[in-house]
Amino acid sequence: MSILDSKVPEGAMADKWENHKFSMKLVNPNNKRKFDIIVVGTGLAGASAAATLGELGYRVKAFTFHDSPRRAHSIAAQGGINAAKNYTNDGDSVHRLFYDTVKGGDYRSREANVHRLAEVSVNIIDQATAQGVPFARDYGGLLDNRSFGGAQVSRTFYARGQTGQQLLIGAYSALMRQVAAGTVELHTRAELLDVVKKDGRACGIVTRDLLSGEVTPHSAHAVVLATGGYSNVYFLSTNAMMCNVTAAWRAHKQGAFFANPCYTQIHPTCIPVSDDFQSKLTLMSESLRNDGRIWVPSAFDDARSAADIPEDDRDYYLERKYPAFGNLVPRDVASRNAKTVCDEGHGIGPLKNGVYLDFAAAIARNGLDTISEKYGNLFDMYHRITGENPYEQPMRIYPAIHYTMGGLWVDYHLMTTVPGLYSIGEANFSDHGANRLGASALMQGLADGYFVLPYTIGDDLAGQLGNAVVPTDDPVFTAAVSGIEDETHRWLSINGTRSVDQFHRQLGRIVWDRIGMARDRAGLEKAVTEISGLREEFHSDVRVLGSADTLNQSLEKAGRVADFFELAELMARDALEREESCGGHFRKEHQTSEGEAQRDDENFAHVAAWEWNGEGTPQTRHREELTFETVALSQRSYK
Amino acid sequence: MSGSHGTTINVTLKVWRQAGADAPGAFETYQQAISTDASFLEMLDLLNEELNAAGQEPIAFESDCREGICGTCGVMINGRAHGPQKATATCQLHMREFRDGDEIVIEPFRAAGFPVIRDLAIDRSPLDAIIEAGGYISVNTGAASDANLTPIPKVAADQAFDAAACIGCGACVAACPNSAAQLFTSAKIGHLGLLPQGQAERWSRTEAMVETMEDFFGSCTNHGECTEACPKEISLDFIALMNRDYMKAKVKNRALTGQR
Repeated sequence: MSILDSKVPEGAMADKWENHKFSMKLVNPNNKRKFDIIVVGTGLAGASAAATLGELGYRVKAFTFHDSPRRAHSIAAQGGINAAKNYTNDGDSVHRLFYDTVKGGDYRSREANVHRLAEVSVNIIDQATAQGVPFARDYGGLLDNRSFGGAQVSRTFYARGQTGQQLLIGAYSALMRQVAAGTVELHTRAELLDVVKKDGRACGIVTRDLLSGEVTPHSAHAVVLATGGYSNVYFLSTNAMMCNVTAAWRAHKQGAFFANPCYTQIHPTCIPVSDDFQSKLTLMSESLRNDGRIWVPSAFDDARSAADIPEDDRDYYLERKYPAFGNLVPRDVASRNAKTVCDEGHGIGPLKNGVYLDFAAAIARNGLDTISEKYGNLFDMYHRITGENPYEQPMRIYPAIHYTMGGLWVDYHLMTTVPGLYSIGEANFSDHGANRLGASALMQGLADGYFVLPYTIGDDLAGQLGNAVVPTDDPVFTAAVSGIEDETHRWLSINGTRSVDQFHRQLGRIVWDRIGMARDRAGLEKAVTEISGLREEFHSDVRVLGSADTLNQSLEKAGRVADFFELAELMARDALEREESCGGHFRKEHQTSEGEAQRDDENFAHVAAWEWNGEGTPQTRHREELTFETVALSQRSYK
Repeated sequence: MSGSHGTTINVTLKVWRQAGADAPGAFETYQQAISTDASFLEMLDLLNEELNAAGQEPIAFESDCREGICGTCGVMINGRAHGPQKATATCQLHMREFRDGDEIVIEPFRAAGFPVIRDLAIDRSPLDAIIEAGGYISVNTGAASDANLTPIPKVAADQAFDAAACIGCGACVAACPNSAAQLFTSAKIGHLGLLPQGQAERWSRTEAMVETMEDFFGSCTNHGECTEACPKEISLDFIALMNRDYMKAKVKNRALTGQR
C-alpha cells in the first residue's frame, strides 16, 4: 500500500476538475482575511498565486531573493505559451492539448493534472490579455498563433521572442497592485533557508536577508513554494545565475518527497560552449526550428566553412530520420540526435561541438524582412554573443540543460507530503512527465498560480479556521533560526583553498558527463562515488571570504551549492533505479533498435518519490502508480 | 570561418570598491588578461576567482539571466551605462568590443534614487514603488472576457510592445544628468495607455505614477541620454506621450467624463 495519495477525484477525465471544484470546501470571504499564506518565489507561478490569493482576501506574504519580483527567471522564456483556444480552427481542443502533453511527457505524468492544465490554459490567455500583455496580433487586430516544438496545430501565443518577460510583467503588475492594496506584504532580497513544521504541519519559513544577513522567522497557516527548477546543478545551463534548488531541497529535508529527480530536459537549440570561463549557456528559441534547417556535414571532421559545403555533402539528419515531424521533433529527440552526430564526428565549429541551424532556405523563400521580423531579436542576441552574423552564415547550436521536470511531489491539490506545504510551477513535478513540450512551462506556472492553487488551498484552510498561526518565538522557529546562523558561521570558518564556483563547476561537469543526455549503469554508479567524494572536499576545503552581515555573494552560493551536491547524488540514484528510457531520461541499456527511448511500462509506469531519512542515510524510494484511463500508452513515433 | 577562437587581450580595470552603503568608496586597479570571446561579466567572474585565491574579498556585482532580459545587471563602463555597445545590457557585452591595453573604468549606476549597497550593487527599489503606484490594469483573476473579444489594431499592439520591452534595469536613470526616471515611467504608462484595456485608469494611473516618480528622481530636461543608454532602445516619444497625458490628467474634469 503506497503512502502517496494523489487525491485524484473520481469521475470521467473531462469532469474531474469541474466536479471537484464543487466538492471542495470553501473559505467564506469574511474568513479569508483570517488566514496568513506565505508564497516563496515571484516568478510566473509565485507572482500569479500571490496576486490571486491577495485578490481573494487572504493575507499574503510574498518572498523573493531578487531585488525586485520582476527579475525571476520566467522572464527569460522566449517562445510562447500554449492554450487550447483553437482560434486557428485547425482542430485543436482541450482534449488534444491534454493528449499531446501526456504523449510528449512519454506517459510519465499524472493524467488528471494534465487534463486540468489543458482546461485552464484558455483562461490564462484571457487573463493575460486583460492585464495588457501585448501578445502578437494579426492585421485584423486578433491574436496570432504559431506552431511550436513538436505540435501539429498552431496553439502557441507569443509576444515576439519575449513571451516570458511579458507574462511575468503581467503577473508582477497584478502582484504590485495587491501590494498597493495591502493584501500582499512583499519581502525582497530574502532567501528561504528553512521550512518550519509544528506537529507535522508546515507553519512557516526562515529567511536570511541578503543585505543585512539577518535571519528571520515568518509564520503562516500555509506555505507555498514557487521556487523554480534545479538545472543549475549542471553549473552550465540556460537558467539564470541565481536559480537553485535550496527552497525545494530544504523542504525535502523537512519531509516533502522529491519526485523524479532524474527527469531533466536538454534543450536542443542553445549556443555551444565556447571556453572554460563560460558562466552560463544561452538558449535560442525553439521557434527557430520552424524555419531553420538543422544539418551537419556528411563527412567526418569536414573543415570547410558552411557555405563551401554543397547540398550533396550535407546531412539534414532530422528531416531524413523523421520525415513527418522533421526539424520539429520534440526536444528530447532533437537533442539526442545532435549528440549522436557530434559523437560520431560530424560536429561543427572550433570545438566540433555543434550542429548547424540554417536559415538560408527560409530567407530565400520568405525574404530577409520576414525572417528578421520573426526572429530579429534572437539573431541579434546570437550575433552579440558569438560575433557571427546568422543572416549570413548558419547558427551553431548544441543541446543544453534547460528545465527540470522532476521536483517536489504534490497531490492533485498541489500539496506536498507535508500538510500545509504546497509547491507550484517548475518546483513541483506534476504535469510534464519525463519530457516537457515547448511553450508548456509558462502555461503550467500560470495555471498553478492563477487557477489551481487559489481553489485547492481553500479546501485545506477551511479545516484550519480558528487556529492561530504558530508564534515566531515558538521553539520550532528559534531552533530553525539558530540552525541557519550556525550554517552561515560554518561556511565562513572553513577557510579552505577553493572557491564555491570552482566546486560548482566541477560538480556540474560530473553531472553533465554522467547524468546528462545519455546515462548508463557504470557511469551513474561512478557519479554517486565522485559526487560524494567531491562533496566531502567541498565541506572541508571551500573558501568563503567576508562576513555574514553584509551582501556576501560567495556565502549565498555556498549554501546553494551544498544543496546541489545532495540533489546530484539523488539524481544519480533515481536514474539508476529507473531501468528504462523515457523522455529526457535516456538509459543506453534501454533503447530500440533505432536508438529511440525504450520505455518499460510494466515495471516503471510510476512516479518515483524519494523520502528523506536524515543526514547520512539514503532516501527511501516510494512509488505512485500511474494509471492511464484516457490516453493509450504507445511507443512515441515522430517518423 | 565560424567561431574564430578569441584572442587574449590585457586590460587595466579601475573598479569602484565600497564596503557598504555608508562606507567611503574608492577605485582599485586590477590587471586582467581575458579572451575576447568572454563576456564582460565573465571577465569580472574571472577577476573574482583571482581575488578569492589571493584572499581578497570578491567584487560585489549583480546579474542573473545574462541574456539581457531580467534587468538585474548594469554598471557604468567608462562613464556609460551598460558600456559602449548600443542596445546591449552589461551582461550581453563581450570583450571583443575592447582592445589590448584598454583602461576600463567600472562604477555602479550613480543616482540619488539608487543608493550603493556594496561595490557595484545598488538599490533600485524606487522603480518598484513607481509600478506599485499604478503600473497595472485592475483586473482580478477570473474576471477577464475572451481574449479575442476586443480587437487591438496591430499598430497599437506593436507600439505598446515597444514600450513594454523595458527591463527595469535603471540605465536610463544612470545615464541622465538629472537622474530622472522619465523613460522608465513613461514606458509603463505608454504600454498600458496605448491599449484599450488600459483606458479606464489612464489618467489616475499617469498622475499617480508621475508623482511617485518625482518623490525619488530628478526632472527631465530632454537630454535624450536615457534612450541612448537603454538596452531596449525605448523611444523618447513615450516621454512626450506621458507629459501630454499628465497635463490632461491634471486639467480634465475626470468625474464628468466617467473616468478615474
